[in-house]
Amino acid sequence: MKRLHRSITFRITLRSLLASLVLSFFGSISAQEPVRIAFIDPLSGTFASIGTSGLKQLQYAADELFNSKGGILGGRMIEIVPLDNKQSPTDTQIQFRRAVSEGLRIIFQGNSSAVANTLNSTISRHNRRNPGQEILQINYSAVDPILTNEQCSFWHFRFDAHAVMKLNVLTDYIAMNPEIKKIYIIGQDYSFGQVVSDTSIELLREKRPDIEIVGNEFHPIGQVKDFTPYVTKIVSSDADAVITGNFGADMVSLARSIIDSGLDIPIYTFYAAYDGITATLGADGVDKIYLVHNDAGNPLPSEERLAYTRNFKRLNPNNDMTQFRITNALQMLVQAMEASQSTDPYDIALALEDMRFTNMSGEELWMRGEDHQIIQPLHISVHTDQNIVVDADNSGFGLYRDFSVPGDETVVDHSCRMRRPRR
Amino acid sequence: MGKFAAWVGYLIVLLGLPQLFDSVLAITIFNQMAIAIVFALSYNMLLGQGGMLSFGHAVYFGLGGFMAVHALIMIEFETVYFSITLIPLVGGLIGLIAAVFVGSFSTHKAGTVFAMISLGIGELVAASSLIFVSFFGGEAGVSADRTFGPPFFGVEFFQDVEIYYLSAGWVFVSTVFMYLFTQTPAGRMANAVRDNPERAEFIGYSARRVRFISFCTSGFFAGVAGGLFALNYEFITEENLNAVTSGRVLLMAYIGGLGYFIGPIIGAVVLTLMNSLLSNYTELWMLYLGMMFVLTVLFLPRGFAGFIMMHQTAWLRGKLSSLFLPYLITGTPAIMFGGSILAAIEMLHHEGEPFGFLFLTLDSGNTLHWLALAAVGAASYFACRRSLGQLNVAWEEANRMDNPTEGGPG
Amino acid sequence: MLEVFVFSTLNGLVTGLLLFMLASGLTLIFSMMGVLNFAHASFYMLGAYFAYSISLKLGFWAGLLVAPILVGTFGALVERYALRRVHAHGHVAELVFTFGLAFLIEEAVQFFWGADTKNYQSPDLLDFPLFTLFGQEFSAYRGFMITISVGIFLALYYVLTRSRIGIIIQAAITHPHTVASLGHNVPLIFMAVFGVGTGLAGVAGVIAGPVLTTFPGMAVVLGSIVFVIVVIGGLGSLGGAFVASLMIGLLQSYAIASNLGMPDLLNWLGLEFSRDHPLNDLWTLTLPQIAPVLPFLLLVLVLIFRPTGLAGKREE
Repeated sequence: MKRLHRSITFRITLRSLLASLVLSFFGSISAQEPVRIAFIDPLSGTFASIGTSGLKQLQYAADELFNSKGGILGGRMIEIVPLDNKQSPTDTQIQFRRAVSEGLRIIFQGNSSAVANTLNSTISRHNRRNPGQEILQINYSAVDPILTNEQCSFWHFRFDAHAVMKLNVLTDYIAMNPEIKKIYIIGQDYSFGQVVSDTSIELLREKRPDIEIVGNEFHPIGQVKDFTPYVTKIVSSDADAVITGNFGADMVSLARSIIDSGLDIPIYTFYAAYDGITATLGADGVDKIYLVHNDAGNPLPSEERLAYTRNFKRLNPNNDMTQFRITNALQMLVQAMEASQSTDPYDIALALEDMRFTNMSGEELWMRGEDHQIIQPLHISVHTDQNIVVDADNSGFGLYRDFSVPGDETVVDHSCRMRRPRR
Repeated sequence: MGKFAAWVGYLIVLLGLPQLFDSVLAITIFNQMAIAIVFALSYNMLLGQGGMLSFGHAVYFGLGGFMAVHALIMIEFETVYFSITLIPLVGGLIGLIAAVFVGSFSTHKAGTVFAMISLGIGELVAASSLIFVSFFGGEAGVSADRTFGPPFFGVEFFQDVEIYYLSAGWVFVSTVFMYLFTQTPAGRMANAVRDNPERAEFIGYSARRVRFISFCTSGFFAGVAGGLFALNYEFITEENLNAVTSGRVLLMAYIGGLGYFIGPIIGAVVLTLMNSLLSNYTELWMLYLGMMFVLTVLFLPRGFAGFIMMHQTAWLRGKLSSLFLPYLITGTPAIMFGGSILAAIEMLHHEGEPFGFLFLTLDSGNTLHWLALAAVGAASYFACRRSLGQLNVAWEEANRMDNPTEGGPG
Repeated sequence: MLEVFVFSTLNGLVTGLLLFMLASGLTLIFSMMGVLNFAHASFYMLGAYFAYSISLKLGFWAGLLVAPILVGTFGALVERYALRRVHAHGHVAELVFTFGLAFLIEEAVQFFWGADTKNYQSPDLLDFPLFTLFGQEFSAYRGFMITISVGIFLALYYVLTRSRIGIIIQAAITHPHTVASLGHNVPLIFMAVFGVGTGLAGVAGVIAGPVLTTFPGMAVVLGSIVFVIVVIGGLGSLGGAFVASLMIGLLQSYAIASNLGMPDLLNWLGLEFSRDHPLNDLWTLTLPQIAPVLPFLLLVLVLIFRPTGLAGKREE
């Protein structure tokens, strides 16, 4: 009895030993070191909802497109490391150094051009001082033209159209409307607001010299309690349309004041959707709010895209797929890694340059090698509740595509003289 | 002798930290602390020693920092030629000039009038920083490169750790000078004017003049901190002179303890750690910071330093150890109670998804978790309440003045 | 030009009266306790958020009724259990406490309601233009805002000067010990005044929420301006606060409406600077651009030249 018992024990031990040996062998293959990507954006504070929403979209893209399908580069998983910068340039520095210290080499960042600018110069300095430990900046949202012009960097890639490209499309759209004769421009008093103002005036003068700019107003950012006094000026100027680069609460308050005053004119915007804005504008904003952006919106261009968005919504009922460019960016990044069979920023950067990519919506994307600016179709959508398949803020309202421009028509010149690292 | 030992210890800690923790992140945090310490100490000079509550102290920090970055740019373009080790001095001088200007009219009165002027000036400067783009660079700020200019004994400051040693030197020197200031007649009179301006006037000191001197000195050191910021981060933006930064330095000084010289140092260290570490574990860290601040004001009016100094009598009488057990008995349930409150907050925040809390996994969808939490919370609350009496007795015992026959010098 | 003037005046009145609703409570609390309540605008924000949550279930009017009471009760509790405790440590500690409270309330609002703007709508009943002048509508809701604010001013004025309670309060401000000796419960009066003051801020929040957008930053935007008003009006003076509120409201409104700026001044002086001038930012400055920070300029000027404010008696 005792012997039998012993032999069973022995067998069991032997078997488990074998099993663990086998497991550890295969395990070492499947548990390869993950490819770690830092996500530096606001996850706490006033802007937390935008950053968190971006993080969910990036995480979803990584899980849905790659991790659930066996990973990348022969079985490595993508791990997203969220780092909270509270949308502050100073905290971005701290999180950047944390990323360096944890060996993260690729950084996703999008919110606030001020943050993107400081991160860009920090990364350039860091890469110059620490050869062999370079960092790559994937900018999925910051639209300050300077990042792919005067301050362009080999280590920075932008996956959104910059402000001038968007304005180019927007002014095309405005120029097509013969009823618009007078335009009022109002914006927050900072670099993006200035770019919107200067560029629209310049482009409109070119495209429609008959349009009169009846107002060009700046207000301090986040300081205005009540926009009605500004709206009074808009009304008395007899404007047929308003252009604004406002975002957040400044955007909502401005639009609400314009609508409340009974003024029935279109408002051309950049950031007047999602994150509570669509729900707050609701029925009042229908057919008044126009938005220029890079996402095709409703109707969704492909079945695949619809299924992808629906699945995201199922997993995150309180979030919307607001920035599809995050998915574009991750897919192109992975394609660059696969092409170069490397996770080194230098190799990835070379593979990304002049990459052409067809995204899930069936759109052609091109990462221009000279300035690292993505060239993609741009769209103008209108805030409505008609024919909305995928709404925003669970409000029944959403964006409906009204006008599209193929990528090659959105190209604008650049002044980038890129300093390429020698290897 | 004890004081001298304390200063040597301070220097050793400052210089030794990077030897113990040498990761990039650790150095970053130490650099932040260095900046925060000088800034918070300079703030304490106003509020703690001078009784002037300022809601706009970031103005001097920020202006100093901006000028320091511009000085770095000038060095880069060879407009001027000096070692970047002197950059904090540039910041300090600008802070001083700004403080002389503002102080000339704001130090007439302390109290609410001073607080309101500082608020107004703070808002005005913050607003102008966005309007005057050529100097302040708009919301993206201005940036520079510190590696130009003559090397300092062969060091070119490519790495953060080199900047840390430079900062540590400046921190030490600044701390010494700020401490010495408290020992000068001007520093002593600042305390007198804080406590009773009328009497101070009676003995022949102009309260306004005393406040003005404190204010300017404080502005100078805030500017030095701004210069250190410029060296460390190589850029500066408008957020470094707006109300948020002003509020943060107030938090640091207050949580650390206003009345004590060492208080702001403690506050700077604690807040820097919270800012850079806690934010990685929870998105709600700002809420916790707010709770901690309000609780500190309510229950520890003299801050952390005040709490530590409360034990001075017991320590001098050698009875500190008798407090250990009562503290443990009351403290353990108190911490558990706090922990269950935090767990409840986190559970509300992570609605519908399980999340890790310390070593547990909590799920707000699980009623059992809620019940367990409520039970732990209630039990620890009552345990804490019950043992509070014993702690009080032990405290009285440890601090009781003895009969002359028993006690030492007391 | 006339239309701009008329509407700017109306806008200024609406803003000014709204500011007064906040300033009246703040100045009342200041005259009682001698402390400026930094968290006052946070109570205003709480009013808006409470009313928003109530309006989802029971509609706007229920919110208008209940939310201020909730806010006032919360304010009274804060006074009873926190502020009174801190009072022992002096005015600076009190000011610092309310500063911390403002910070905490903002974070708590983000915790409970999220950081997004909230879809808090004005009632359908008032969703029509009151009148149309020069092609611009003046909504009935704004008319309603003016009515409520003026009503509150009159009621407050009546209570404070004509009623028995008002006389006791006035006496408690100047002679708390005498009032206490006469058998009145002074701490209770303090608590009630704090509750009513914060409740008034709550009312302001309820009616301003739909127009000025309900979001976690709404307290910060308004908070320091209310401070400015109370200081300019003269700490503790209700009449001064009223005048200062209207003044600030109109000042901002007119500044935005005007198109004046440095270029006009330079033209008038016959000067001209090139665009490359180092102070170009200064030479192109316009009044609308700096309108929202004008109150702070006024604040500093008033404090330098007349620290007691317009109608202030009390100086600290």
